[in-house]
Amino acid sequence: MGRRRFLRRFLGLGAVLTGSLAVGGKQAMAHPAQESPPADAPWSQSIGAGVVDRPYGRPADTEASVIRRNVPWLTASAESSVSFSPLQDLHGIITPNGLFFERHHAGRPDVDPAQHKLMIHGLVERPLLLTMKDIMRFPSVSRIHFIECPANGGMNWRAAQMNSLQFSHGMVSCAEWTGVKLSTLLEETGIKNQAKWAMVEGADGAHMNRSLPLDKCLDDCLVVYAQNGEALRPEQGYPLRLVVPGWEGNVNIKWLRRIKLGEKPWHTREETSKYTDLMPDGTSRGFTWLIDAKSVVTFPCPEKPLDGPGLYEIRGLAWTGNGKVKRVDVTMDGGVNWQSARLHEPVLSKALTKFTLPWRWDGRPALVASRVIDETGYVQPTIAQLRAQRGSNSVYHNNSIQTWQVKPDGSVFNVQLA
Amino acid sequence: MYSSRKICLPIVAVLLAAGSLAGAAEPGSFGYGSVATPAQIAGWDIDARGEDGAGLPPGKGTVDRGADVYAEQCAACHGTFGEGEGRFPKLVGGVGSLRDERPEPTVGSYWPFAPTLWDYINRAMPMQAPHTLSADDVYALTAYILNLNDLVPNEFVADRNSLPKVKMRNRDNFIWTDPRPDTMTKPCMNDCANAADVRISSTAEGRNLTPRTTGPLDTMQQK
Ligand code: HEC
Repeated sequence: MGRRRFLRRFLGLGAVLTGSLAVGGKQAMAHPAQESPPADAPWSQSIGAGVVDRPYGRPADTEASVIRRNVPWLTASAESSVSFSPLQDLHGIITPNGLFFERHHAGRPDVDPAQHKLMIHGLVERPLLLTMKDIMRFPSVSRIHFIECPANGGMNWRAAQMNSLQFSHGMVSCAEWTGVKLSTLLEETGIKNQAKWAMVEGADGAHMNRSLPLDKCLDDCLVVYAQNGEALRPEQGYPLRLVVPGWEGNVNIKWLRRIKLGEKPWHTREETSKYTDLMPDGTSRGFTWLIDAKSVVTFPCPEKPLDGPGLYEIRGLAWTGNGKVKRVDVTMDGGVNWQSARLHEPVLSKALTKFTLPWRWDGRPALVASRVIDETGYVQPTIAQLRAQRGSNSVYHNNSIQTWQVKPDGSVFNVQLA
Repeated sequence: MYSSRKICLPIVAVLLAAGSLAGAAEPGSFGYGSVATPAQIAGWDIDARGEDGAGLPPGKGTVDRGADVYAEQCAACHGTFGEGEGRFPKLVGGVGSLRDERPEPTVGSYWPFAPTLWDYINRAMPMQAPHTLSADDVYALTAYILNLNDLVPNEFVADRNSLPKVKMRNRDNFIWTDPRPDTMTKPCMNDCANAADVRISSTAEGRNLTPRTTGPLDTMQQK
C-alpha cells in the first residue's frame, strides 16, 4: 500500500492518527538516510506534536546548553549577583527574553501587577499615583535599545581572565521595549522650575535607587512594560522598568515604583560606594553614566573555535551610548592592518549593531579583534590606552578592544596585547 | 478621544491666549491615575539625600544600641566588627588603600557621605529582610558602623542633624563630572604597528577561572 493511500484510508475512516500508526507508516517506507537521498529522517515520516502541545513555546531540547550562566565564585550570594547572556549562540541584534542578562541586588521579586503602582512626586505640580492600567493607557512607543552593565568586562581590567565570550561580554543584551516616554509622564505631573534631578527607585528588596539629570529623563527615557512584544520578564523588572538609553545598566531601574524630582542629586549608595570609577591617584569619578562605544567579535570566540582552514564569516556586535555605530574595523593580525566590516541593517541609535566580514583562514596563528567608531567619531580604545588613563582598579566601563588568539588547531583564547 | 478632553481644551485656549509655548502639555491633560495624597507620599518617601541629609526622619540612635542590633541582624554576614564573613562586604578598613594595587573601598575608606549610610541600611538591609528596621535602629546601626570606622566617638548619637555633619575621609576625592572621552585615537588602517612588536601580554588560557559554557550550570569556586 502506498503511503498516500495508506494515509487516505485511515483519514477517511476518521481514525485518530496515533503514534503507533504513524510509526507503522514509517516502517513501510524506511530508507537508510545515507543510501537514498533525499533521505527522510524519522521526523519526516511521522507526525509531530500538535498545536498547543507547548502553549508557551520553548527552544529545541538540543539547545539546552544555550542558557544564562553565572560565575559562582564572583559573588557572595546569587541574590546579589549577575548572569551572562550566551552571546556565542545568539544571532542578530535582539536578545531572546529568556536569555537577557540578569543583575539583581536583592534577588528577583515576583511583583503582583494588580498591586504595583508608580508614584511621581517631589518638585512636580501635581503628584501622581499610577496603576499599571493607567500607565498602559498613555500614548505608547516601541524602541530597540541595548542595556549593558558597566561592569561587563570588569574581570578583564587587570589581565585576560575569562576565557569565554559569554563571561567576558555577556552583560549586554538588546530588546525592543514598549512603554510610555518618561517625558509624557512628567508633562502629566508638571515640573516645577527648581527641578533639575530625578530619583528613580525600584520595588525590590534593594529599593534600588539612582539619581538622573532631568534633561536625560526628558530626552529619551522610557517607562516600559513590554520587552520583545510580551510583558517584561520578572528578571527584567515586571511589571515596570525604566530604560535609560545608552546609559549604564544600573540606572535602568527595574520594578520601578517611584520617581521623585529634586534640585540636587541624591548620592545614593549605588552612585558612591558602587558605580564610581577609582583612578590610580586615589580620586574617583562619579556619575559616569555613558556607555562608551564597544564592539566584540562573536565568531570565532573561545566557545566557537574554527574547524580547519577555509572561508569563514567573522561576526560581531557593536554598540555605543552616544547614538549610532558608524564603522567597525576588523584585524586578523593584532592591529597591524584593519579592514572595515559590513554593518547590517538596521543600524539603530543606542542598539546593538551586527557586523560581518568574510575571512579566508590559512590555518596560521591569528589575532582577531574589532574596533568600533561611533557617530561622534569616538574610537574604541585598546586596553593599554584605557589603563594608561585609568589604571586597573576602576572596575567599570571597560570598553576596550577584545583580542581573540586563534591557534593553528582552530582553538580560540582571550588574550591582551602589550 | 480622552475623557479629559473637555477640560483640556479650555486650558489650551487659555495657554495660547497667554502666549505660552504652543504644544506644551498642561499638567493633568490626560487625567489618568490619581493625585497622590500627602499621606500616601509620606508612606513612600523613604530617601535621604547624601550631601545634606534632606529627607532623614525624626529619631536617633546610639553606638551602644547599634552594637546590639548589629550583633543580631548584621554580624552573620558582615562579621562582628565589620570585617566581612566570606565574600560578604567588609564595612570597615581599607583606610589609605585607595592607591594600592588592591584597594579596599569601605564605609571608612571610600564613602563620601554619612547620610547615604542611613539611607542604604534603611532601604536595603538586612539583606534577607530589607526595610524592616525602625528609624531609631537604623540611626543606631549607622552610629555603630561609623564608630567602628573611627569616624565618630563612642558617645555619638546619630540623628538627622548630626549625620550630615560627619566628615567622611574620602569626601573630597570624587569628581562628579564625567571627564570622558579620555582616550583619543585616529583609526589607522594599514601598517599601524610593527608586526614584530605585537606581543601577547596576558592570556586567559589555563587560568581555570572560567565556568563551563555547555552542559549544566557550573558550581566552580575559586581555588
Ligand atoms: C544575608 C547577609 C547579609 C546580612 C544579614 C546583612 N547584609 Fe549588608 N550586605 C550584604 C550584601 C550581599 C551586600 C552587598 C549588596 C549589593 O551590593 O548588592 C551588603 C551591603 C551592605 C552595605 C554596603 C557596603 C558597601 O561598602 O557598599 C552596608 C553598609 C550593609 N550591608 C550594612 C548592613 C547592616 C547594617 C546589616 C544589619 C542590619 C546588614 N548589612 C545585614 C549582605 C548582608
